[in-house]
Amino acid sequence: MARNDLQGTLDLLVLKTLSQMGELHGYGIVLHIQRASEELLSVEEGSLYPALHRIEMSGWIRSEWKVTDTNRKAKYYRLTPAGQKELQKAEESFEQLVKGIRAILRYA
Amino acid sequence: MSMFRRLVNTFSRSKLHQEIDREIQSHVEMRMADNMASGMSPEEARRDALMRFGSRVVMRERITAADAATGLDAVWRDLRYAARHLRRSPAFTVTALVTLILGIGTNVVVFSVLNALVLRPLDVPRPAGLYNVVHKQPAYDNHSYPDYLDFQSKNSTFSDMAAYRLDTAGLGTKDAAYKCWYYRVSGNYFDMLGVQSEHGRLFHATDEHGPNSAPYIVLSHAFWRKHFNADPGVIGTTVDINKHSFTVIGVAPAAFHGADLFLWPDFWMPMVDNPDSQDTNFLSNRFTHNIWVLGKLKPDVTPQQATDNLNAIAHELARQNRADDGLSARLVKPGLMGDQLGDPARSFLAGIMLLAFLVLLAACANLASLFAARTADRSRELAIRLAIGSSRWHVLRQLLAESVLISVLGGALGTLFSTILLNALTRWQPFAEFPVHVAVSPDAEVYSVALLLSIGSGIVCGLLPTRQIWATDSAQVMKSGAAGTLVFRRFTLRDLLLGIQITLCTLLVTSSFVALRGMRRSLHAPLGFEPDGVLLAETDLHMGGHSDASIAQIRKRMLEEISHIPGVISVGIIDETPLGTGGSSTPVYRMGTIDFRMSNSAFGAKYFSISPGYLEAAGTHLLGGRDFTWHDDAKAPNVAIVNETFAHAMFGNTSPLGLRFALGEKFSYEIVGVVENGKYESLTETPWAAVFFPLEQNPDSDTSLMVRSPLPPAEILPEVRRVLAQIDASLPFVFHTWPDALGFVLFPARVATATLGVLGLLATMLAVTGIFGMAMYSVSRRMREFGIRVALGAQAAQLMRSALGRPLILLLSGSAAGLFLGVMASRLLAQIVYEATPRDPLVLAGVLVTMALLGFLATWIPAQRALGVHPARLLKEE
Repeated sequence: MARNDLQGTLDLLVLKTLSQMGELHGYGIVLHIQRASEELLSVEEGSLYPALHRIEMSGWIRSEWKVTDTNRKAKYYRLTPAGQKELQKAEESFEQLVKGIRAILRYA
Repeated sequence: MSMFRRLVNTFSRSKLHQEIDREIQSHVEMRMADNMASGMSPEEARRDALMRFGSRVVMRERITAADAATGLDAVWRDLRYAARHLRRSPAFTVTALVTLILGIGTNVVVFSVLNALVLRPLDVPRPAGLYNVVHKQPAYDNHSYPDYLDFQSKNSTFSDMAAYRLDTAGLGTKDAAYKCWYYRVSGNYFDMLGVQSEHGRLFHATDEHGPNSAPYIVLSHAFWRKHFNADPGVIGTTVDINKHSFTVIGVAPAAFHGADLFLWPDFWMPMVDNPDSQDTNFLSNRFTHNIWVLGKLKPDVTPQQATDNLNAIAHELARQNRADDGLSARLVKPGLMGDQLGDPARSFLAGIMLLAFLVLLAACANLASLFAARTADRSRELAIRLAIGSSRWHVLRQLLAESVLISVLGGALGTLFSTILLNALTRWQPFAEFPVHVAVSPDAEVYSVALLLSIGSGIVCGLLPTRQIWATDSAQVMKSGAAGTLVFRRFTLRDLLLGIQITLCTLLVTSSFVALRGMRRSLHAPLGFEPDGVLLAETDLHMGGHSDASIAQIRKRMLEEISHIPGVISVGIIDETPLGTGGSSTPVYRMGTIDFRMSNSAFGAKYFSISPGYLEAAGTHLLGGRDFTWHDDAKAPNVAIVNETFAHAMFGNTSPLGLRFALGEKFSYEIVGVVENGKYESLTETPWAAVFFPLEQNPDSDTSLMVRSPLPPAEILPEVRRVLAQIDASLPFVFHTWPDALGFVLFPARVATATLGVLGLLATMLAVTGIFGMAMYSVSRRMREFGIRVALGAQAAQLMRSALGRPLILLLSGSAAGLFLGVMASRLLAQIVYEATPRDPLVLAGVLVTMALLGFLATWIPAQRALGVHPARLLKEE
């Protein structure tokens, strides 16, 4: 049985984004998810930052203040080894979820 | 790891908030830039960026919600809230703190003493399995050296057994002479206790080869530092002990001071050595009971098995030796001079601990009332908080935080004060001439007990008012205002607590009055002598290296020359000062006894050797017959003076003058005088039979010179000192006035009185604040009601009855109960304090006046407030 919920999905999106892009600030994560999902998904700021804080507290990501290309200070997040493992687990359980939902939708 | 981060976040909250703000700010700026790039006006771009976040504060809370969920943050917040609240009501906070400091401080002090004297094992490297072997009869703790050797060699239950006795000696170096207290110990003593030397070496069982074979001493660390400047070079040098040469072979570690908790000796000497050249025979005499025996049990032997084993040996010894008739053995916890001080010290301390705990309970009861009153005053605030959705648990947690915070603070302060007091007590040396220290510095156990008591009392105080919160019906409270919520008809838990508190206070006040009166009486008790105006000069003539033959001459010279000092009325010598630190007793036999064994004796009697003139100098009244003269010497027939108890026990109502008694086959004595009864060992003893022998017929090197003079001691002392120095400058004398010397016997009574006095004062203060708090509270809650009643024409007396009725009922019933308990408790007290009896009109009157005064004091202000009620103004207020 896959452990999954909406919160878990947001965590998965954040972790996956960071694993693909290496290092990114919060705003960058919002933009990336929007762009990569071809505008289908939009992450709200109100949900993103609590999630980032919680994920950081769990030790899956690390943060660091850096200067952006446009010369602004921003907090950049990157994946930790523990986060890498967590991402793998989250992906697997998401696959399970999708499979399960698809099975229900196909049931006739 | 993440737990640690949460903890850090909790304490650096404001930093975290700043960081979140900065992060959101940077996000908003980036969004604005992108918005403007896609064609929005700056104003629109900004609005859009901000809208996405909503309220900044809510955002921040949501981000940090993860931390708060752990509870740590919540506790921290509760504590800060509690601290803020307490700061806002300083009067309440200070009252509560003072109450707690007194309550917890008292307990810490008493527990430390209890811990040091009773609970803690002996402070030696290997304390496990150590027991003193004493007799079955209480307070009969010494054995003879031959019996010790038999116990040691014949038992199968102890891994080893050592012997020790306390003695005094003059220690002389090239430059100085000191009167010292030292232990004479068996050779295996240090090894059995597991002590290693700090410098040089210690002596062992292998050093002993019969009498005077090991002329070595081991110095105590303190003595070595004080008199030898901690010079390791002293090892190997010789010192004079009572004019005999001894080699210093080592220094004991600083922490080691033997097997008695109070005593700190100056040095240790093998028991087989004898610096009193005359006192030769205790090593072979089974009649001389003067050593303590300390044994170490084998690992898997129980104390009961060991006791049985020793008693079997004792039975065998009694069969073989007449001197061991009735010999028995019992094991006691070591540390209190064998067990001489054990039983009274233990029961007294246990009693005081109980009282101290009751004081703390009273303090808690007071605090609970205070908190309850406070909760009631805040009932409207609490009701509003409950109404807008705060959980009862949350409100309770906050109140608990308040009480625990205040009790931990009070406990910390109380512990601090008591630590200062205890350290002072540890440094204190109660008797100038006696090596006693009461080492009671608090240790980890004491601190943990203090912490436990603090948190415990905080929770007790905090939980008592919880019923109020649980029962709060918020709608009802807000409708009716605060006054309606409390029922005043029923007796509540608080009333019970206050009643107990008053009872306790009366008990302590009664006990301290009884003790105080007993003390006063003991200072004027018929002692059998008159200590006022007597100067004592005590020494042991063997310390000057004198033999028995020369001792008689020296004594005569001393008496002769001192009596010529102007202002001296009379002078005499006794071997042991009555009510001093020593004293011996002997079995006495009727004439005609053939078999002189202990069980055939008529009774036991204290015995002393005195010079002619002693009775006059000491102020002991001769009731019949004559005093000794210098003609009662070794060549004259044996004579004795006895006291009334002796005469009555031996001869009933016939005059004993001219009659005889015996101490042994060849020792019979003619009674030539009868003196009044006296106190010989302690003030609380039952009258002892006592017999006095002439010094010439019963010589002893212990010498206590008594000089009676109406002049102040400061004037007579230099003269006495000068005369004695002329006779023998090398003799170390201890000078003091007799009343000062009595400090030793009065010490337990003084301690008991002071302790009870302090506890009584504490309890009184707590009771006053308790009654005051309750009366004040009940008046303030009912001011409106009183206003209406006054408006309707109520009289002052009626008002008083309803305002103060309950506190007064509690005061009366509590006092009655306390007085009853105090009377019961005085029986216990009578064992420590001389003639402690509650059947003393002054005590009873004193207690009643105190309690009445206390009640008056506590209810005066509330009564004034109730009487000063102004109906019109009060009714206007609401």
